[in-house]
Amino acid sequence: MLNTKDIMETITMIQDEHLDIRTITMGISLMDCCDSDIDVSCRKVYDKIYNKAKNLVKTGEEIEKKYGIPIVNKRVSVTPVSLLTAVSGGDPVKYAKILDKVAKDIGVNFIGGYSALVHKGFAAGDRALINSIPRALAETNFVCSSVNIGSTKSGINMDAVKIMGQIVRDTAELTKMNQCIGAAKLVVFCNAPEDNPFMAGAFHGIGEPDCVINVGVSGPGVVRSALSKMPKNSSLSEVADLIKKTAFKITRMGQLVGSEASQKLDVPFGIIDLSLAPTPAVGDSVAYILEEIGLEQCGTHGTTAALAMLNDAVKKGGVMASSNVGGLSGAFIPVSEDAGMIKAAENGTLSLEKLEAMTAVCSVGLDMIVLPGDTPSETISAIIADEAAIGMVNSKTTAVRVIPAIGQKEGEMLDFGGLLGKGPIMKVNKKSSAIMINRGGKIPAPMQSLKN
Amino acid sequence: MKAVITVIGKDMVGILAKVSTTCAQANANVVEVTQSILDEYFAMIMLVDIDNMNCSLEELKNDIETTVPTMTVHVMHEDIFNSMHRI
Repeated sequence: MLNTKDIMETITMIQDEHLDIRTITMGISLMDCCDSDIDVSCRKVYDKIYNKAKNLVKTGEEIEKKYGIPIVNKRVSVTPVSLLTAVSGGDPVKYAKILDKVAKDIGVNFIGGYSALVHKGFAAGDRALINSIPRALAETNFVCSSVNIGSTKSGINMDAVKIMGQIVRDTAELTKMNQCIGAAKLVVFCNAPEDNPFMAGAFHGIGEPDCVINVGVSGPGVVRSALSKMPKNSSLSEVADLIKKTAFKITRMGQLVGSEASQKLDVPFGIIDLSLAPTPAVGDSVAYILEEIGLEQCGTHGTTAALAMLNDAVKKGGVMASSNVGGLSGAFIPVSEDAGMIKAAENGTLSLEKLEAMTAVCSVGLDMIVLPGDTPSETISAIIADEAAIGMVNSKTTAVRVIPAIGQKEGEMLDFGGLLGKGPIMKVNKKSSAIMINRGGKIPAPMQSLKN
Repeated sequence: MKAVITVIGKDMVGILAKVSTTCAQANANVVEVTQSILDEYFAMIMLVDIDNMNCSLEELKNDIETTVPTMTVHVMHEDIFNSMHRI
């Protein structure tokens, strides 16, 4: 017989602590959709995605009802579209529109993969795709875009970094009537993972199978609540242990849902990504976990150490609970999506510089940070370069998703609504980085790349 | 296969009777019941066999909610508890 305490614990986690399956993401390869005629190619893309994913939303809902666990998002990620553009030529926005249409028709809430991988240089199709990103994101609702500009193995493509600073700005400009939302759907990566189920950075890597199910599990509220019941004088080893145990339980649930979804859809199960992904809901915040560990407010001294421990403990708990852990797995720190981070940024405890330090030990990077509208594109490029350098040297994924709030200045607020939340516009260093960025070229791969 | 039904809320007369009647109508056999009352709050956990059930878990949940409208009801497949709490 099941233990009453265990049953009540699971129910409390779901009912009061916002435990959920954040996303079931189906990765679909589009390699067999390439055609030298862009219209034929688009048609094949539509047909393949539709056929593979038409039951995704329905299956997700069935599992939700069977286990009584909310599955917040059902999504699709596809092969980087730059590879299709390389074969077909033509206007890449056509692909964005067809992806948008199929996403709408199958009922998913995001489709990722309007992407290019240019960490070592530009191949055919890459530049055309990157230049089309602002238009593609302005003219579609569901499409998410990402560009990988660096890796530990190959260094940082500074020409791409320079372009991306401008692209981020242009994307915000083109969607300025709509809270600059385009930039919230664009991620610039270093060491991008090929199996990440979380948006906006999800794409289906070229080493992946034809079709695969990846699951993203969340639950910052559960971790915080577990910690809040702990005495304040427990040692940090005990805190780490408790986080590990909690992460284990959450991941086991993800494993169950993932294997069930894969069976029902007859698609192989890829990975579980156990990421503490906050939402603007009260209590569902990573910042509050750090505060529960013993910081007066997130962003003060000690934040980086607490986050490093949290990130590591989450991974350790997750690894044992699942057959395959992948993606980004760890703690996300998107400012606008986290009630605690918003508060800390508003009263100045949390600065861009501190966030940068935190990204060296968390699972991703500078995420959902709103910048003043007059931030020059070279400064955005320099922010991207700093972040990529952290990723490159530490052999980890880092990403930049910043939103220049066109027409607004420091101290004001940009409100996206929904899961994306709202972000206070943060202070950016006013000194110029333009000469360095305009040099272009490459930052060579670090010593860490020479492992063979 | 079994499912776990939990009913939580303010104690009142006839909760167990109402819930088990609904289970009987759905042809779900009640295997085990535990209940506790803490202060004025009532918490019941019921394990039911769902192999021969004549409706879905969601329908069963909706039916129970209709019979005890003031209570919080969860109906969940037992696998979720097994996977979370057992290695």
